[in-house]
Amino acid sequence: MAKVNVKICMGTTCFVMGSSQLQDLVDIVKNRYGDDVEVSGSTCLNFCTNNSEYSKAPYVTVNDTVIQEATIDKVLQEIDRKLKENE
Amino acid sequence: MSNNNSQSIHLKKEILARIIEAFLSDNFEENTRLIPYDMRPKGAEVPYRCCIYKERAILKERVKAGLGFSLEEDDETKLLSDYAKEALEREQPDEHPLTVLDAACAGCVPSRIYVTDLCQGCVARPCQSACKFGAIEMVNGKSKIDGSKCKNCKMCMNACPYNAIVKLAVPCEDACPVGAIQKDSNGITRIDYEQCISCGKCVAACPFGAVNEKSQIIDILKHMKDDKKEVIAMFAPSIVGQLPGTIYQLKTAMEKAGFDRVYEVAQGADITTINEAKEFEERMEEGAPFMTTSCCAGYNQFIKKHLPELKEFESTTETPLYYTAELVKEKYPEAITVFISPCVAKRKESMDNPNVDYVMTYEELGALFIAKRIEIAECEESKFEVESSKQGRNFGNTTGVAEAVKSVAKNPEEVKPYIISGLTKDTVKELKKFTKDRSCPGCNLIEVMCCEGGCIGGNATINIPRVARKQLKSLLDESEDLKRND
Repeated sequence: MAKVNVKICMGTTCFVMGSSQLQDLVDIVKNRYGDDVEVSGSTCLNFCTNNSEYSKAPYVTVNDTVIQEATIDKVLQEIDRKLKENE
Repeated sequence: MSNNNSQSIHLKKEILARIIEAFLSDNFEENTRLIPYDMRPKGAEVPYRCCIYKERAILKERVKAGLGFSLEEDDETKLLSDYAKEALEREQPDEHPLTVLDAACAGCVPSRIYVTDLCQGCVARPCQSACKFGAIEMVNGKSKIDGSKCKNCKMCMNACPYNAIVKLAVPCEDACPVGAIQKDSNGITRIDYEQCISCGKCVAACPFGAVNEKSQIIDILKHMKDDKKEVIAMFAPSIVGQLPGTIYQLKTAMEKAGFDRVYEVAQGADITTINEAKEFEERMEEGAPFMTTSCCAGYNQFIKKHLPELKEFESTTETPLYYTAELVKEKYPEAITVFISPCVAKRKESMDNPNVDYVMTYEELGALFIAKRIEIAECEESKFEVESSKQGRNFGNTTGVAEAVKSVAKNPEEVKPYIISGLTKDTVKELKKFTKDRSCPGCNLIEVMCCEGGCIGGNATINIPRVARKQLKSLLDESEDLKRND
């Protein structure tokens, strides 16, 4: 089964707008999904650079899906969806 | 502390970034006026309020606070562009750092005692007879409380046989350690500035984001822009881990953002440590039962306003900010000094200190980086003129001050710390007891930090304290120990 890859943008904008609070995902995901899902922090993914798109930060990607204004719940929901698709 | 109300904090930072962007644009006043419309354009979804008009009206108020104005004296007819103009012209920032946004606050129930749907509309009506203030009437066969008459005595609650009446929490009131914030009879929250110690706990607690800080960001940007005087930043030790990158990269990023020089307040913390250790030894020799630390601005105001009897036990050593600002102003007397702060309480301390001109919180600094599109992690590292010690850099972490004093004491084993990590209604009781008994059993150095976990848990911090602490630890591991020369 293919792994689900989660990338949390840790660029300045995302960090300030809330990705700092998403760092708990590393432990939460490990406990919940074990090795099926991998979470990592990333340097700026460049989603914020267009116009005022910083208002939609923080950004997280789950495989190729981009989540705006990401929260822990939103990311977990997307992971569940991806795992279901993989089944 | 910052993770409880992530939505309202997100909004606050977005507004700050937009104000800064407007300032940097070629038409500050007009672009400021447009912020509520840019954030909620025609046809946009309405995430929080009843309609887009109210949403914009509340955003307008938040922008006003971001421009540094009080929200209590409200002139609805005045445009944001007029406020922007006024902000540019003002010489002095407002005295009280906190202000309440009524329109947002009204979302919280006006009365704290509330009759739920469980009310059976019984014939006996024990609630009505229990109420001494005539505040309960029957509406559609059920009890209803008139908020203007209710005194929150809970007699009806205790009388109801169905447990249908409940007491609702008012988060700001519950969070305030000194009872300085209260809903008035109209259900609107008011801060009693005579009682308020500016600790910022209400800012963090309100789920409606109704308690706002009056930002000084425009005043600071103005000085950066006119370039007549150097603008010097002094950042608090707790900034470590609050933003991406190292503090050496952060220094470069801040210089890019418009500061001419950047100092670590940890440098002043090193002076505080030495002076406090000496003072501690003198006091113990003179037979004092205990001494408390004196570097937390919220705690200093707490003593002044609520427990003056504790003053004689408080160290008279100045705060790290005091010593840092003194050093900087001695060297650059003409410069504008800006303290980069984890909390709102330091705004008050800075206003009382002529060597500190302005305060910028971590959130505001973050918004400045967003508006200027500065990627901290991509900046080069640059060193400080003076490198601070391991002890100084740990000042913003709970136990950090006591450990620092202990590390330079002549007889470290004689320093017995008692740690108060967060001023709450309970720890306030503890302090009152120590004062009354003139004793702190088994201990002789009380470290008091207003925020839980120390400044790392301050109301304007960005990162999770646990993660920030981990990054602080790796910086401490590569920092030198503080030495005492006497």
